[in-house]
Amino acid sequence: MSDTSLSRGARWFHALAGEPSSKAPVWSSDASLGGETARFIAVVPDPDNRFARATDNVVGLEQGWQLARAVREAIALDETSGTRRPIVAIVDVKSQAYGYREEMLGIHLACAAAVDAYATARDAGHPVIALIVGPAMSGAFLAHGYQANRIVALDAPGTMVHAMGKEAAARVTRRTVEALDALGETIVPMSYSMTSFAKLGLLDQLIENVDADAPDAAQIERVRQVLVGQIRSAREGQRDLSHRLESAAARKNRAASIEVRRRLAEQWDAV
Amino acid sequence: MNTIATARSAPMLLDSFIELPARERARALLDAGTFRELLGPFDKIESPWLPLQGVVCQADDGCVIARGTIDGEPAVVAAIESAFQGGSIGEVSGSKIAAALTMALRDCERGKIVRPVVLFETGGVRLQEANLGLAVIAEIQAAIVALRRHVPVVGVIAGMVGCFGGMSLAAALCSYLVVTKQGRLGMNGPEVIEQEAGIEELDSSDRRRVWQLIGGEQRAATALADQLVDDATDAVRSAVHAAFKLGLPAAHRSEQVDMFLERLARIDPASVTPETMRDVYNPSSAQHNARKEQA
Repeated sequence: MSDTSLSRGARWFHALAGEPSSKAPVWSSDASLGGETARFIAVVPDPDNRFARATDNVVGLEQGWQLARAVREAIALDETSGTRRPIVAIVDVKSQAYGYREEMLGIHLACAAAVDAYATARDAGHPVIALIVGPAMSGAFLAHGYQANRIVALDAPGTMVHAMGKEAAARVTRRTVEALDALGETIVPMSYSMTSFAKLGLLDQLIENVDADAPDAAQIERVRQVLVGQIRSAREGQRDLSHRLESAAARKNRAASIEVRRRLAEQWDAV
Repeated sequence: MNTIATARSAPMLLDSFIELPARERARALLDAGTFRELLGPFDKIESPWLPLQGVVCQADDGCVIARGTIDGEPAVVAAIESAFQGGSIGEVSGSKIAAALTMALRDCERGKIVRPVVLFETGGVRLQEANLGLAVIAEIQAAIVALRRHVPVVGVIAGMVGCFGGMSLAAALCSYLVVTKQGRLGMNGPEVIEQEAGIEELDSSDRRRVWQLIGGEQRAATALADQLVDDATDAVRSAVHAAFKLGLPAAHRSEQVDMFLERLARIDPASVTPETMRDVYNPSSAQHNARKEQA
């Protein structure tokens, strides 16, 4: 666990699932979790990737399509049986890949393929859990984690969810990084902290007191128990994402989302 | 007077789809006289986050939801207004789209098919609403995937803003995509790429290069969009009608994992160009062109 050359996503993959059965940049493997078989998937750095802009733990063309393949394999394995194995997305993705080849060759479709696969798995009854152990940024998180039934995160430095990297967001909004941080304190969706993300009703559990870089056996076991609990909760709940609007936090900080849905439903059929 | 009337009815600027604001685009795609807006400006559901940052709201948050019929069948159109905050997706505008698609899904599940059309004109997440913009885009995507099992979801990228960020993924999830030459489709805008990867990666001021990479014509030529149409209201309307007539595709583009992985494997990143990419991504069209050249 102390191999510092590994990314966090890779380390957590080893801790929870052992050896990957596929090569970088997308690791996937089936492993035991709470008495059943679960599929674990992570995006890991791939220094030799033939796309030079996608060698880090980012979601590029191959990553997007390979994520889709890893998820669809799990769907296919369970298709004719009554079981629906849980799928755990271990999330440590800095960004999507930024490059002209990526755009030309359809990175938007590659990421959409991953979204499609995760959403399809969820709709088919697979409990999909996102475990955030590092950054969960923007389009990369959309492709790997944001279609989950349940989202949990380690409460540790370096875990964050956001639409844009801090430096870039500061540039675009013509603010300093400090000003951006200050803004996040008053405007919840602008914040980069996991506690603010939780305030939006989007986080199901914040897992405290875990060393994200070098967890001990007890901490890993605790994360497992969280996953088992969330899998159970997902199986008891709806297959769509309506759960995200049901918490007390959502009712407070996503009141507009709820209001839009309520009033649009009222007006849907002409009177 | 006759001369003026004739001049006005001529299909010139008036016929341009791109020049229409979102509300008129939605109206133009629905059968005449059937347009009915939901959560319109008088409902005044505005962004709760923009005023906190000194930005003036718009009463429809830059998104028009309209019901009506398309070819006589019940339909819903979600049209993003590029003139407000660049068509960016905030909590309210995005929730309007997600809610409309979810209602269409509910009807479809009850056996009442509703034809959904999304008019993409967006840079992606509205940065002032950051995490909620991203969250509602995930919800829009979930709704498209669920809905397109029942009915084709048709996307239109007319321009001039184009379709970027997380919404480019939503566009890619659509059953059919209608584009104009002026419509660009990409995940990261050229400015973002230049910022993140440097000007040697992409010079965003090189407009010609940008169009060659992500313009509507190239997207159609590489089968990443389905139909290229002129910037004319009739042409866009016909293409949308035709898409619904096709019914559900045998497989959606975003489901064709093995095919696209195989195509990617055949691409040499060092040498690939927008031209050579066409041969790999759209072999049938490439053969067609070869035959034309022989003839």
